[in-house]
Amino acid sequence: MKFALFLGCTVPTRGLNYELSARNVAEKLGIELVDILEFTCCGFPIRSLNQDAGFLMAARNLAMAEKQGLNVVTLCSACTETLQEANYHFIHNPGTLDDTNQKLVKYNLEYKGTVIVKHFARMLHEDYGIDNIKEKVVRPLEEIQVAAHYGCHYTKPTKIYDNYDDPENPHSLDELIEVTGAKSLFYREKDKCCGGAILGIREIDALHMSKAKLDAVIEAKADALISICPFCSVMYEGNQKRIEKEFEVTYKLPILYYPQLLGLALGIEPIDLGFKLNRIKAKALLEKLESEPEPVT
Amino acid sequence: MEVIQAELLDPSFVEEVKNTPGGEPITKCFACGTCSVSCPVREFDEEFNPRKIIHMVLLGMRDRVLNSEFVWLCSGCVSCQERCPQDVTITELMMALKNIAVKHGIVHKAFELQAGEIYKFGRLFEVGDLNKRREKINLPSILEDPKPIREILDDFGVGEIARRVIEQD
Ligand code: SF4
Ligand code: SF4
Ligand code: SF4
Ligand code: SF4
Repeated sequence: MKFALFLGCTVPTRGLNYELSARNVAEKLGIELVDILEFTCCGFPIRSLNQDAGFLMAARNLAMAEKQGLNVVTLCSACTETLQEANYHFIHNPGTLDDTNQKLVKYNLEYKGTVIVKHFARMLHEDYGIDNIKEKVVRPLEEIQVAAHYGCHYTKPTKIYDNYDDPENPHSLDELIEVTGAKSLFYREKDKCCGGAILGIREIDALHMSKAKLDAVIEAKADALISICPFCSVMYEGNQKRIEKEFEVTYKLPILYYPQLLGLALGIEPIDLGFKLNRIKAKALLEKLESEPEPVT
Repeated sequence: MEVIQAELLDPSFVEEVKNTPGGEPITKCFACGTCSVSCPVREFDEEFNPRKIIHMVLLGMRDRVLNSEFVWLCSGCVSCQERCPQDVTITELMMALKNIAVKHGIVHKAFELQAGEIYKFGRLFEVGDLNKRREKINLPSILEDPKPIREILDDFGVGEIARRVIEQD
């Protein structure tokens, strides 16, 4: 199994623990990730200003993967959405791909529209498969319970993802969590958005939105919140202190990236999963896992 | 809400929205309010109300909509769009409204700043010294080459917005 790894902007600068854990998990599972140095921003923030410019940026990235005959996996949900949205746009608006290709000529690129874009979690779930992951689990994480945060763009818009998972009642990330042996908790506000996209527009709204979820996750007594997007983590982890201050609450809730959790179950050391880089230390969670599970008598 | 003044209404606004990708289905809205009850921003901010925004567009309230801050307040979560019984692509419509505002020279500062960063670095964040940190934990170096991105942004008039904010620095 081989994919081009699309890092985008946020993961390689603000989510080194995510990148490190994803790469090490992939290696352990025998999934080859190819780096394409010339990848840029996917175009997400530019779409709000000018859709066509955003789609051209997406197409340029996709064309580079296509040239090497590779499908793309991404770690950021917004990148996944933007790249896949571009694919959808080209298919459903005849002529747009031709226009795009005229502009790609000067980069010596052409996009035929063949690249499949998947989030890393979806690839694990759909292509690698839960059963195959199960075979590689050497340290079931039975002592802990966590809360899955799907975020918005991993499942939505459903039309661009061929209805891969049901946003009203998603299950793929829960299954990916449960295969590690950890319990995936049901909690209020599970489907809620972190508000990250409007942090720069009206900060207090974004903080309120993230707080709603943090409250619910604490109430459910989760050992950690599991994220699959660097933006979501910026809100729940990067801004957790701010929220605590603003609303006079205390959480100290560790926010782990899914590959960090899976990596533990695959027997990878916390250091190689970037646990040191987590702003809110998952010390209590790791301690729970330190003692070998009691042998069944 | 203030009293609506009929002479300030502009029916060409709906046409412009309908002709912008994502805005096409706006006239199918039958004002059920499903979008507003699904909206996580609306939950905390009275000023942001997708059903009301759609209604304002349908009435032709061009200036009020385009000059508002609420045009920029959609978090893009797609909850409304998934649930709309009339297949109004609300999230895409919000995107279309932002695109139209930009066309008329109105850009929210936060988006200007993002465009500026992307213009400078080809990504939202500078790589710079980070490559050293990456190397330390065995992550490959990343390349910073903003040239092609600058060309694309310039080609669509977004470069202008980006350069404006860079010059203010
Ligand atoms: S979605 Fe965000 S992080 Fe990902 S490439 Fe686009 S702008 Fe960068
Ligand atoms: S939860 Fe926030 S960061 Fe995550 S996908 Fe939704 S808006 Fe984006
Ligand atoms: S959910 Fe759809 S039909 Fe109902 S008010 Fe919103 S846009 Fe209109
Ligand atoms: S996409 Fe925008 S308008 Fe729709 S529910 Fe989400 S924040 Fe509200």
